[in-house]
Amino acid sequence: MTEITRRNALKLMSATLIAGAGVSMLPGMAFAAGTITVLNWQGYGTDEAWSIKAFQEATGIEVVHDYYSSEAEMLTKLRTNPGTYDLVVLNAARCAQAMAEDLISPIDYAKVPNISSVAENLRSNENFNKDGVGYAVPWVWGLTAIAMREGLPKADSYAVFGDPAYKGRVGLQDDAVGAIAAAALLTGQDMNNPKDLDLVKETLKGFKSNVKLLWSTEDQWNKSFAAKEFDVAMYWSGGAVRSRRVSKLPVDFVVPKEGGIGWVDGLGIPVGAPNAEGAHAFANWMIDPKFYVEWATKAGAPASANTAAMESLPADDLSRQIHKPEYISSMSIMSALPDDRREAFNNLWQEVKAFYAE
Amino acid sequence: MRSDAILNDAARGSSDPRQRRPIPAWVATTALLLPTYGWLTLAVLLPLLTMFVFSFMSATPMGKTPIVFTLKHYRAFIDQPYLINIAWTSLVIGFWTTLLCAVFGFLAAVALARATVGRMRETLLVLLLLPFWTNGLVRVFSWTMVLRENGFLDGVVDMVLPDIGSISFLYTRYAVVLGLVHGYLPYMILTCYIALSTIDDAIIEAAASLGARWWTILLRILLPLAAPGLISGAVLTFVPVIGSFMEPRILGGKVGVTMGTVIEDQFTQAFNWPLGAALSFTLLAVVLAIFATFSGVLRRGTTA
Repeated sequence: MTEITRRNALKLMSATLIAGAGVSMLPGMAFAAGTITVLNWQGYGTDEAWSIKAFQEATGIEVVHDYYSSEAEMLTKLRTNPGTYDLVVLNAARCAQAMAEDLISPIDYAKVPNISSVAENLRSNENFNKDGVGYAVPWVWGLTAIAMREGLPKADSYAVFGDPAYKGRVGLQDDAVGAIAAAALLTGQDMNNPKDLDLVKETLKGFKSNVKLLWSTEDQWNKSFAAKEFDVAMYWSGGAVRSRRVSKLPVDFVVPKEGGIGWVDGLGIPVGAPNAEGAHAFANWMIDPKFYVEWATKAGAPASANTAAMESLPADDLSRQIHKPEYISSMSIMSALPDDRREAFNNLWQEVKAFYAE
Repeated sequence: MRSDAILNDAARGSSDPRQRRPIPAWVATTALLLPTYGWLTLAVLLPLLTMFVFSFMSATPMGKTPIVFTLKHYRAFIDQPYLINIAWTSLVIGFWTTLLCAVFGFLAAVALARATVGRMRETLLVLLLLPFWTNGLVRVFSWTMVLRENGFLDGVVDMVLPDIGSISFLYTRYAVVLGLVHGYLPYMILTCYIALSTIDDAIIEAAASLGARWWTILLRILLPLAAPGLISGAVLTFVPVIGSFMEPRILGGKVGVTMGTVIEDQFTQAFNWPLGAALSFTLLAVVLAIFATFSGVLRRGTTA
């Protein structure tokens, strides 16, 4: 009698799946096939339905998604589910961490031809490279700064979060790193390694009477802003474009004199990815000017790391207007934090939140 | 599996003339208890034990950080004194939620058990259980629609009393307690209803015929006799409420900082599982200490 072991059953199941998938995709097969699993924030570029459809028609690769709601959760998923994901969207700071923990593998740039026009200072960013080998395809960049209700005088400093004129009208992000970065920049410190954490803590505590809401998702930001719960908030530049274009909200995005809190998101391929070939193809698709222009004009997007893609946008495009090239030089880019500093940041933010709650 | 084998042996043993000795009582007891304890071990003890071990580690045991034994996470309440305020807030929220649940739940159960009969009672019971069938997240989010500024509540108030302005109380502790009471009230109603429905009608008739007014019947007869239900309902409400994180986060906004949200942050945002586990066990110890303090009351109540 044949034993139906788990392995046999799995083999049988995957054989059936592949056979089924192969037959159904025959007309579209170009150079690679199968399925890739992408791990990303929800509603963040990779899961645009039209793009997934076009990609499948062009390559025969089906794109499925799993989502995370915080970067720590993304790392947890990579650590606990090896061999599940083919492509992961990771922030430069987290990329360095994932690289150090051997969670992601080197990129074969030959399979990503669009890399040739990606801004060199983004590609050679220390967070994306180890020993001269690139571990991620720089995808998009943007910055966190201040979003204000249209018609209000434009703030020129993060001090607006403590301005008595906005009592109970401020929304901060429920994120230790972001909140501490704003307070560190305001007090003239290096946001990745502030020397005077007590000053940062006191600065954040000083926002207490202004803080109405600690938001954690873009959806929450939009709903609360639409319900007029706050007028001034920390916000992502890409989110501001989407809020204006998609939700028709009267949002002004302002970069203060201290500079924005910059970030670069990359596309990494986890170690043990079942379909690395397909993941490279999708990464190339993601920085393709054709995809980018459609993404940016249809939904609103952060600035592409691919200069050719940015230049293909119409001159009056909101995203192009918000992501001015000069912001790249004035902004500080978030780097990876050592464990003890991260813990100190988290404890500080927990204490500030407890103070806000009193 | 094993219990089946033993029971089969026992059955065979009794029909076999050569072996007349009955199996010892402890074997049967053990065999019958085995599935229960096996399940408890698997579902309660092992996960708790894993978290207990985590709570002594210096870092989350994933990734490459070397792990050493440490007690520092249990010092969190000393190193980060603001946690004491948060824990106090959680206990206060737990207290008010349980109290409100007990008052409304008991009265609703009395109404259900004493004032309704037959189909009416069945229908009302089903209506009480209906909220259980919807996701808790949906219930909490619908409260945000009701409570927010210019939300449903403000709309209704504006229709009746146009000059009163906004009475929105979203993002306050009241909103958190309201959401929690809504979520846990059915537990209290059910446990009280079960206790109340076992009370013999003759007792109440006897009291009434001896001249007792309705409040005397309620306070001197129904309340003491239904105390076991009230107490198990209170325990069922209090314990999950002080660890809740969804309701405080969504309805409490910036004031919704409780032990539940702090522990959740450790697991999801800070990736500090050991600290999260240590805080959970500290909270568990506090809950057990509270129950130990009131154990006399609890025991008297449940055996009455």
